[in-house]
Amino acid sequence: MSESHPRPRAALFVTCLVDLFRPGIGFAALSLLERAGFETVVPRRQTCCGQPAYNSGDSETARRIARDVIVAFADADVVVAPSGSCTGMLRLHYPRLFAGDPEWEERAREFAGRCRELTEVLAEHAEAIDAPPCAADAAYHDSCSSLREVGVKAEPRRLLARVPGLRLHELDEPEACCGFGGAFCVKFPEISAHMADVKIGDARGTGASLLIGNDLGCLLHLEGRMRHRGLDIRARHIAEVLTRQPERRRDE
Amino acid sequence: MRPTSRSFKANARGALLDPGLQKALARAKDGFIGRRRDAVAALPEFESLRATARDIKQHTLEHLDTYLLRFEAAVQAAGGQVHWARDAGEANRIVVDICRRAGAEHIIKGKSMVGEEIAVNPALEREGFDVVETDLGEYIIQLAKEPPSHIIAPAVHKSRSDVAALFSEHHGAGSESASSDEPEVLLNEARRVLRDRFMAGDAGITGANFLVAETGSIVLVTNEGNGDLSSTLPRTHIVLAGIEKVVPTLEDATTILRVLARSATGQTLTSYTTFVTGARRAADPDGPQAFHVVLVDGGRSDMLAGEFRDMLRCIRCGACLNHCPVYGAVGGHAYGWVYPGPMGSVLTPLMVGLGEAQALPNASSLCGRCESVCPMMIPLPRMLRALRERANREHHVSWIQRSALRAWGAIAHRPALYRVFASAGARAIAALGRRGGRLPGSGPWTDYRALPRPEGRTFMAEARTRLGNRLR
Repeated sequence: MSESHPRPRAALFVTCLVDLFRPGIGFAALSLLERAGFETVVPRRQTCCGQPAYNSGDSETARRIARDVIVAFADADVVVAPSGSCTGMLRLHYPRLFAGDPEWEERAREFAGRCRELTEVLAEHAEAIDAPPCAADAAYHDSCSSLREVGVKAEPRRLLARVPGLRLHELDEPEACCGFGGAFCVKFPEISAHMADVKIGDARGTGASLLIGNDLGCLLHLEGRMRHRGLDIRARHIAEVLTRQPERRRDE
Repeated sequence: MRPTSRSFKANARGALLDPGLQKALARAKDGFIGRRRDAVAALPEFESLRATARDIKQHTLEHLDTYLLRFEAAVQAAGGQVHWARDAGEANRIVVDICRRAGAEHIIKGKSMVGEEIAVNPALEREGFDVVETDLGEYIIQLAKEPPSHIIAPAVHKSRSDVAALFSEHHGAGSESASSDEPEVLLNEARRVLRDRFMAGDAGITGANFLVAETGSIVLVTNEGNGDLSSTLPRTHIVLAGIEKVVPTLEDATTILRVLARSATGQTLTSYTTFVTGARRAADPDGPQAFHVVLVDGGRSDMLAGEFRDMLRCIRCGACLNHCPVYGAVGGHAYGWVYPGPMGSVLTPLMVGLGEAQALPNASSLCGRCESVCPMMIPLPRMLRALRERANREHHVSWIQRSALRAWGAIAHRPALYRVFASAGARAIAALGRRGGRLPGSGPWTDYRALPRPEGRTFMAEARTRLGNRLR
């Protein structure tokens, strides 16, 4: 499969939310990976990482989807997802899902070894990311899986430090969950909204007009909550911020 | 107590609408998180201590029978007695029996979560004993006839004016609480009232933070010294402890003590850390004439035998509660039983049944902060997921929900079919979003958040035209 190309091949794991809601993040991720020196491909047989089933206690369905993903990305040097939570699923939970399976445990481990979160990869090539200016006060929202499953914290900050004009502020409680949590946000909407409000309060306290993150789930939830409350803070994925000047909110 | 975990959602809704509770929760959370953070930062070896503490407990659990029998022998050698209780009923019968044979009338209690678990107070009261809690927080909620809302700060949901109102109602004419809710006034009044109760106590019941197998000692960790008075003043001292509380040696207990208070309250050590070994000896100036330890199983053997063994490492520090955003939003009572927060969401289904408590393991965003602060490194999110799995398997989850997931899985397994659904979905949501409409069944999202605004086409549809052979 491999051509006589010197560049390592990065396969984009699009994530179902990017596919459905913000394709622009996927194309931004591809362009950033190209700038970082990768040959990029998008395996067409991907759909979702399986978290909805896995986190609902249906491991059988999750395993079925996991096997599809592992096969679809078999020939990639590195699998890159613009999401901490999907990366955590691919890298940490796939091997757990197949624990004790004579064939798939090893395949899941090998696959997990090739999976990386977008900012993790980009931070190693930060000097090649020529980000457009963005004159704004911004706060960064760490997703729980980025922090605690993938171990990404400094990377996005290192990348954002290179965005001309961007003033990045730290939240008081960057470790606190925003309340998205996949199905949690619709199973327990009141609690989820309360958690969002705590996070939004923290962000407002920094004076930020822009909330940047690397997990679209958190961002859709937080942005939806902010729009619901009529607050004027935009939520943007870091890949969007690194590739284009933020447009005005579409309802403005 | 009768669990109300089944109505977690309604409980939580009520809690979110209770401004007094919300204030108390916000205040408590900031204090606990900050103090733990400082304590951990001041101890460079904290992380390696966590690993050591975990290993000690894990080793003990792997040889639990050995260490429990060793503990029993050591207690007997120190002049005490060990009683084995399979469940709450057995434990309460043992306690009632000991109290009756001791001719006790007034019983004073130190704080014990196992005591809450087996509901020992009502069991004793039914038999005519007079029971008073002596931990200030427990005393307050006893007056209020409420269960604890936090495992180390049982009255954390009460404001000082709540406490003043309770005191002036219960403390009679001499109460100053009617005119002041100053903490010092309240504290002095509780101290004065409780002093008489301490002196009148015939039997004292305490919990135990550790049971030490090599010496037969029990370790009591408190900040008020009430546990010490409860264990030394009465003629009879009864210790209630879960079977998982044992550790092999004094050295092991002191190692875990180093992570316990730091994780719980951010203290280096609590004000009182007391080692009690057996009954009073001839040369002792004080202490009880009889020393009993009631070891409670209450579902722990089943946990030991299965996939939830790690949960038995829990030392009840409360760090997972303090750092849990769900606990921080709804408080302890919403969980509907004795143990709230992440540890409670694992323990409650295992102790009272998944049928009752199925909501609890689901009421988590699986954010993982609990595991990251747990001094015993218990993989709490993994256990919550395992309980979801069990609920699915044992059909505590509705048929509709299970079928919907399987149907979604079948579609996600067929990329071409999935594309059809995804494209239609993106277009529909985009159209609705433009019109400000709603999707049927979207209330749980749209009642609290604006609908997301898809760009209109899916990534994959767009990729077909834009990526050429890079889409493969």
